[in-house]
Amino acid sequence: MRNYKNVIAAYSIMIFLIILVGIFQSWSIALTILNYCLISAVMTIGANIQWGYAGLINFGIMGYTALGGLAVVLVSVEPVKKAWQVGGLNILACIWIIVAIIFVVKFILNRFEKSKLRNYSVASVILGGIILLRVTAAPGIEAIESVDPAKTGFLGGMGLPVLFSWIVGALLAGSLAFVIGKIALGLRADYLAIATLLIAEIIVSIIKHEEWLARGVKNVIGLKRPAPYEIDLQTSEWFINLVAKFNSSKLNLINSISDKQEALNQMVIDASSVYVKLCFTGLFLTVVIILLIVTQKALYSPWGRKMRAIRDNEEAASAMGKNIVKEHLLIFILGSAIVGLAGAMMVTNDGLFTPGSYRPMRYTFVIWVMVIVGGTGNNFGAILGGFVVWFLWVEAAPIALFLINLFTSHLPETNAVRVHLIESAPYFRFLVIGIGLLLIMRYRPQGIIPEKIIKQ
Amino acid sequence: MMDFLNAIIVLFNFTVIPALAYGSQLALGAIFVTLIYAVLRFANFATGDMMSFGTMFAVILTYYFQSLGFGLGVLPTALLTIPFAILMMILYMLIIDKFVFSYYRVKKSPPVQFAMVSVGVMFVTQALIRIIIGPSDRRFLDGEKFIIKATEFKEMTGLAEGITLKSTQAITIIVTLIVVSIMFWFLNRTKTGTSMRAYSDNEDLALLSGIDPKRVVLITWVIAGILATIGGVLYGLDKSYRPFVYFNNMLPIFAAAIVGGIGNPFGAFLGGYVIAFAEIFVTYAYKRFISYLLPEHLEPDSLLQLLSTDYKFAVSFSILVIVLLIRPSGIFKGKVI
Repeated sequence: MRNYKNVIAAYSIMIFLIILVGIFQSWSIALTILNYCLISAVMTIGANIQWGYAGLINFGIMGYTALGGLAVVLVSVEPVKKAWQVGGLNILACIWIIVAIIFVVKFILNRFEKSKLRNYSVASVILGGIILLRVTAAPGIEAIESVDPAKTGFLGGMGLPVLFSWIVGALLAGSLAFVIGKIALGLRADYLAIATLLIAEIIVSIIKHEEWLARGVKNVIGLKRPAPYEIDLQTSEWFINLVAKFNSSKLNLINSISDKQEALNQMVIDASSVYVKLCFTGLFLTVVIILLIVTQKALYSPWGRKMRAIRDNEEAASAMGKNIVKEHLLIFILGSAIVGLAGAMMVTNDGLFTPGSYRPMRYTFVIWVMVIVGGTGNNFGAILGGFVVWFLWVEAAPIALFLINLFTSHLPETNAVRVHLIESAPYFRFLVIGIGLLLIMRYRPQGIIPEKIIKQ
Repeated sequence: MMDFLNAIIVLFNFTVIPALAYGSQLALGAIFVTLIYAVLRFANFATGDMMSFGTMFAVILTYYFQSLGFGLGVLPTALLTIPFAILMMILYMLIIDKFVFSYYRVKKSPPVQFAMVSVGVMFVTQALIRIIIGPSDRRFLDGEKFIIKATEFKEMTGLAEGITLKSTQAITIIVTLIVVSIMFWFLNRTKTGTSMRAYSDNEDLALLSGIDPKRVVLITWVIAGILATIGGVLYGLDKSYRPFVYFNNMLPIFAAAIVGGIGNPFGAFLGGYVIAFAEIFVTYAYKRFISYLLPEHLEPDSLLQLLSTDYKFAVSFSILVIVLLIRPSGIFKGKVI
């Protein structure tokens, strides 16, 4: 029972901090932070499944996040018909070529014994395939990218509802994880970390530079939303009435009608952005709660016990007849799929897809810090880690600025040290996160909310 | 004959020279990674930022020396500042080791935990760099820029193609060769180097034969500091100093270290060149090269580029994946130092 008290206390402090932001900065900022906290929580659940349940290091989180984001574009954007007409055929042909290459390679690998000749033939098939791909794709890509390059210049998506893309994002990330898992899971822990880090980098560079796919670094903006738009809200009758009802006491204090109307307009504008963010919060919260229930159930099921047994002692588990390779692959896929879902959620929340912004610092290492800080192997801990670290990541700069001003207030405004420190306030977030991670690793290696083993 | 010479020179100018320079920079970083891995037994994710940290001091001191009017004439002032930067770097590394890594070493933590701790160090180092010098792009190269210019070369030889040799490229290659040969001499011929190899090979046996682990760790960090700073400064001179780029350079450096067999310094040294040559050969457009070799009517229309230069990094990572698949211990068997 004591354990639960800890959890409740930790979460109440977190909620209290977010409310403080709402009071001191603005409710809109507080909700933005909360939404990102929830998205981070989904990512940490994914990473925690891999690291906490099975002890697999996956430094490729950035790659799955980007892939989830790509899914939003591929699913929800309206198809660009002209682009399909001019270059669709080439792209489809390319997909078939890739499938053919994979089958031929598989065939060679299965059919022939391990020998030098086999290696050379596999290499030559792949090399020949790549050259064939380039020849087939080049005219198609050129044609697609020249279709109204300022606005489209890509194939577009399928024009489906955006919520559908969350599932697709998870599926895409899961299938990628299957491939990577097949390649890399046999490696030792730190090799696996490096390999996944590099593979994620390859994926992001492909998304960045294949402009026919999702405009690459030119970004896709104005994605669909599962929530109403602010503009629509501001003109709809029921919403204005609702705002007026909520603020009736404030409005009643104002006497003149024109002033009243102006105040109401301002309130409606503020409230509309809060309302939209609340819609997102509701959606994200639902996802987090569903995932939490499912993962908690899984953790304390026979399957979860099996995973922990494998994590704690691979040899013993293997001796008991558990198929370690298979279980590792499965958990690698599950965790990555959840990260892909989070990537799709994030792009939906932003309403834009910016491949240039995917950097390992923000999307891999910060997520890892969240998992370590929160508590490995405990879902409540991982989610809390997502909240705490994201909160620090965002609020470190304003807090640093405040502290710098406080401690240098005796110095004149133009003092070089003071000016320099104030300019570099945004970078204190790295310092806070880094020192936080080091302290946690040293003094509380099991995280804020440690793993809890229920003896059955 | 003339065409053949021209073709060779095109290839030399656009691939071999840049690859040699880039490879040297990677090689220094890769030996740094591999040394830490062999002796201290963890993958150091702070590699790129540590190199950046050392370079930062060189940049600041270069500006300071320039303002004082010191300089080396035709050579870049940065060369003069390297020793001081190395001292600062070693000091920083030793402080980090004392307060962060030594605790886990005594506890004999698993390598995974070390890797996570090094991520923490990476964050802190990155913060310090950005707070001290800021994230912007800085050039600190002075002195003579070129040793051979393309036009001069053309005049000298009468060929249609020229060779450009930047002074930074020559300095990079020469300094790397000197540093690496001294380091290998130290590791293989001196008593301290042998004790380091013994410690890396089998810690318990080394302790039994009276090797002082603290001294081995200290010397490893000293060598690491020298390699990191020199590698970082050479890269910064050749391109420019930008903290963000240094973090990204960590990835090909890791690839080089693993391709060469992690834990094996000589492998890492060659791995650097393997990665650099692969990156540049695969992304180079061979049109000009081929057009000298083929008769005129066969001249190709396309650029004859295997992959566009956007995929420079992807090439090195793909090599890494292939090596991991076919020969996980690297081209040269790893973990022997």
